[in-house]
Amino acid sequence: MSDTVLSARGLVKRYGNVTAIDGADFDLLPREVLAVVGDNGAGKSSLIKALSGALVPDAGEIRVGTERVHFRGPLDARKHGIETVYQDLALTPAQDIASNLFLGRERRLPGWRGTVLRMLDAKGMRAEAEKVLRDLGIGIRSMTQLVETLSGGQRQGIAVARAAAFGTRVVIMDEPTAALGVTESAKVLELIGRLRERGLPVVLISHNMPHIFEIADRVHVHRLGKRIAVVSPRTHTMNEVVGLLTGAMRPEDDRRLQASSAG
Amino acid sequence: MGTGKLLEVRLERDRGGVLEFVLRTPGVGPALALVVAIVVFSLTTSTFLAVDNLSLVVEQSLVVATMALGQTLVILTAGIDLANAATTVLATLLMSKLALSEGAGFGALVAGLALAMAIGGVAGTLVTRVKLPPFIVTLGLLTIVTAVGRIYARGQSVRVTDPVLGFLGTRQFLFGRIEITYGMPLALGMFVLLWYALTRTAWGRHVYAIGNEPEAARLSGIHVPRTVLSVYLIAGLVYGMAAWQALGRVPNADPNAYQTGNLDSITAVVLGGTSLFGGRGSVFGTLVGALIVAVLRSGLTQAGIDDLYQDVATGVLVIAAVALDRFSRNTRQR
Repeated sequence: MSDTVLSARGLVKRYGNVTAIDGADFDLLPREVLAVVGDNGAGKSSLIKALSGALVPDAGEIRVGTERVHFRGPLDARKHGIETVYQDLALTPAQDIASNLFLGRERRLPGWRGTVLRMLDAKGMRAEAEKVLRDLGIGIRSMTQLVETLSGGQRQGIAVARAAAFGTRVVIMDEPTAALGVTESAKVLELIGRLRERGLPVVLISHNMPHIFEIADRVHVHRLGKRIAVVSPRTHTMNEVVGLLTGAMRPEDDRRLQASSAG
Repeated sequence: MGTGKLLEVRLERDRGGVLEFVLRTPGVGPALALVVAIVVFSLTTSTFLAVDNLSLVVEQSLVVATMALGQTLVILTAGIDLANAATTVLATLLMSKLALSEGAGFGALVAGLALAMAIGGVAGTLVTRVKLPPFIVTLGLLTIVTAVGRIYARGQSVRVTDPVLGFLGTRQFLFGRIEITYGMPLALGMFVLLWYALTRTAWGRHVYAIGNEPEAARLSGIHVPRTVLSVYLIAGLVYGMAAWQALGRVPNADPNAYQTGNLDSITAVVLGGTSLFGGRGSVFGTLVGALIVAVLRSGLTQAGIDDLYQDVATGVLVIAAVALDRFSRNTRQR
């Protein structure tokens, strides 16, 4: 596939005797929500870490578009427009929303106050934060509210907004609904849909099959350190996906998969 | 019915507002405590409010306040510095010994500042590169630096006659009545400078983020080790400035001086509302905290209360301040 936004071929990562990634492939297409599923220990989080720069693979190649890349840290991935929403959100609770949104990417004032005095453009960042949250439909009154005063869903919203604001190519989300209630989960799924509408592809790591089937365009099934199948929620049922990821169903026996991989 | 409900809601919000303001805004609680202490001592003693007593209170708190300023930086990163007073004392010894020869004052000052910064650099390197806990690193440095000071001074104190080293003790009258030393505006300037750096620059936001949630800071692309090292270096420089302040106040470098300086500085930081868990607090809180200790001691002295009871009162205050911090964290994170 030449029109992938982010792709990987033959990724390998070993920790001593343990092989976390065993020749895994990965393909993300433009404007899609791709769910990545796998049993615990299947190596999907290692795969995601490799794609977001948090882990350096021992072998294999990663491409952003057609360009071959070598991420040595999360910053490298970010420079290529890949933003990650971590499971623990990577927010600092004692700081306010605007500070969190711009953490590590603060903007300085133009002119001598910025260059000589290194003064931050606090007002500008607050205004920008407000705009980003409003555009995503996250209703929060004040950008100076501390993150620790927010609910779990609102915090998730801040983390997603940060990724959306700076991610120009890909947003990766690790278990975004795992810690949330029903209403809050629905809001996060809505948010993912909105990113897709804006043309930003989303990689969604999740255990929640109903959520995946609600929002994903394709499902990447990871098992024993590699991708064993990519299925569509339209052609497969939740039970079949569960069968694939647990090994109860073999991809070789699935005619629909044979047809798609041949194409 | 509708209006009643609206009123209820508004009342509730107002109440939460005032309480939240006190709990959330760093420095408001300590400042209130300082005002209360000053009012109480002004009413109960006849001498406390006298202008010369007030300037003496400030003058006496300068060295500890400056050491506490450096301590605040370290504590904001969720660290602790047990070696700050020992560093200050060693710097006073080096400065005064080097300044024994004529005209060497400025060079001696620079050497003392560099030494204090170097000790901070050692602490910062051990914390960030070897990943040792700040408590252990600075405990070891406390022992080493104290011993080195005593060896270097051979147990003797050194008299300072150099004008550069004694400069901060120079007295000046403002409006003909208020007596200040040059050390006062310098200390205030240092507090303002670090307040600015902590609240108005990206570096400051990074320091708070690291103290609050180091992993989040790392994932956000902040270079955590580099930032933490810079904090220890700056703190070391501040302890060096405290040494200059100390020589201005007493023109005598004594290897046994400031034995309680470290704990006093931590007391000032904690009383000022900075959390020992890191990531929350302010340098002005620390200034207020240092003043609270000085006011308390002076006021209790004027009231004729023994030194040891003053220690008891200070200790009670520290525990109360940390308990309040704990309590406010719990209410906020509910």
